[in-house]
Amino acid sequence: MLDIDISRKCYPDRGGRKHVALADLRLQVQTGEFVCVVGPSGCGKSTLLNVVGGLDSDVTGRVILDGQPPQGGIGFMFQEPRLMPWLTVLENVLLVAGDDPTAPARARDLLQAMELGDVFDAYPGRLSGGMQRRVALARAFVIEPRLLLMDEPFVSLDAPTADRLRAMLVNLWRRCNSTVLFVTHDLREALALGDRVCFMSGAPGRVVLEWSTGLTGPRSPNDAAVLALQRELLERYPELLAGLPDHTNNENDWEVRADA
Amino acid sequence: MTGKAERAGRDTAALRLAAAPVGPRVRRFWHGGDAGVRLASLLVFVVLWHVLAVVLQSNSLPLPLTVFGRVVDETLSLAMPYHLGITLTRVVIAFAAAMVIGTVIGIAMGHWRKLDLFLDGWLVLGLNVPALVTIILCYVWFGLNDTAAIIAVAINKIPTVIVTVREGARAVDPRLMQVASAYRLPRWRTLSRVYLPQLYPYLMAAARTGLSLIWKIVLVVELLGRSNGIGFQLNVFFQFFDIAGILAYTLVFAAIVLVVEAFVLRPLERRLTRWRG
Repeated sequence: MLDIDISRKCYPDRGGRKHVALADLRLQVQTGEFVCVVGPSGCGKSTLLNVVGGLDSDVTGRVILDGQPPQGGIGFMFQEPRLMPWLTVLENVLLVAGDDPTAPARARDLLQAMELGDVFDAYPGRLSGGMQRRVALARAFVIEPRLLLMDEPFVSLDAPTADRLRAMLVNLWRRCNSTVLFVTHDLREALALGDRVCFMSGAPGRVVLEWSTGLTGPRSPNDAAVLALQRELLERYPELLAGLPDHTNNENDWEVRADA
Repeated sequence: MTGKAERAGRDTAALRLAAAPVGPRVRRFWHGGDAGVRLASLLVFVVLWHVLAVVLQSNSLPLPLTVFGRVVDETLSLAMPYHLGITLTRVVIAFAAAMVIGTVIGIAMGHWRKLDLFLDGWLVLGLNVPALVTIILCYVWFGLNDTAAIIAVAINKIPTVIVTVREGARAVDPRLMQVASAYRLPRWRTLSRVYLPQLYPYLMAAARTGLSLIWKIVLVVELLGRSNGIGFQLNVFFQFFDIAGILAYTLVFAAIVLVVEAFVLRPLERRLTRWRG
């Protein structure tokens, strides 16, 4: 289980003044659970992931994974693919796998499953944005992560590519039984992916609402159940979701925004 | 020379333009002809030298054949291999020392602003102190020995390595370093697979300029305070006004520089920048 208890996380803003990014943020994620964190821009979602992932340790609070501070076994997907341009696709995936003798076979299987079997030896600069994200996804899963942290990993992709990547993610997650903390500002994406959706307030960010989706099985952001759930949430908590993009008027605006 | 180079550039560009519509095979031919162009340039140089020597008929400029003959004599007598070996050893040691020390300090200065501020003045001093001063001081302080010679050469080179590598360290992408931290990569793996590849272009630049600078300084160091090496030999030839000897050693030296560039630096650079396609 992942247990997050952050009393306070500050950093200096551009003017050098202290900015409180997170305050009294408590969140528990069960092993194997897929939790999405939704919040308006600037509410500290990425900061939260950085703290949980150990990229930022200057924080008052604690993060416990299975009874101890997180060590290894954490996969991280950033907003950009962040592949090493000088390593081939396969080398990029193997970079994080350590000396595990079974890793090369696993990496190849993962890349094959993601339809990247014919670009093992290509450099990332030659791949499309969608293919680069798939490599980043393979890199995250090659270590069979106990915890997977995802920071709006499918942002700025076209809608069909993002849908395909979400389906791949859900498949891999089911296979690995990883605990996933997925940050997004897209409510529909969160409802389509998560077992549970946690809503953050504006800065200083804290969890103000947790909502179990109650939806099972693979689903797309445009499924009727997802849209109905979205409508229900927006009706019940209009102020809470005021900072999020509004998708109520046009069912296709999600695609328009994702293309932007 | 510059005008000629510009004209040559324009000509090459014109050839490329003309070749473009014909197809890739023709373009490949011109690219494949690079070695031919280099060879032609060398031949023209030798021919010009020959013509000039014939016209001037002066002891100060021997014919190319005379100089080549001298190269053969010096090689057969083993004098040239001996002095060349000594000089090359000094070059390699001074180069390696300057690169390692300069890289470490450059990385540190690129990362820690306080250290950068602290050392910046020293760096400016190091960049601007004349090589001759460092050489003389090293001989005075450390004695007329090889250690002093190598220290003097390295000290002249280290500041330029620092400046180049510092720029590289400042340009390191923190987002890629975050990937290494997020996946808890071991230090060595982070250094070799994530950090250093970002510095390679800067290290290559430092190596290139470094080698050319070190060649020159090593000769001065040898001329001033050693009793062997090419610099020492050149001094002896100078005393006897032996121009053929001077040119023979210069030629061999130039040949080695070209060989290092063609068979070490360029292949290494191609290998390191292969991913740029």
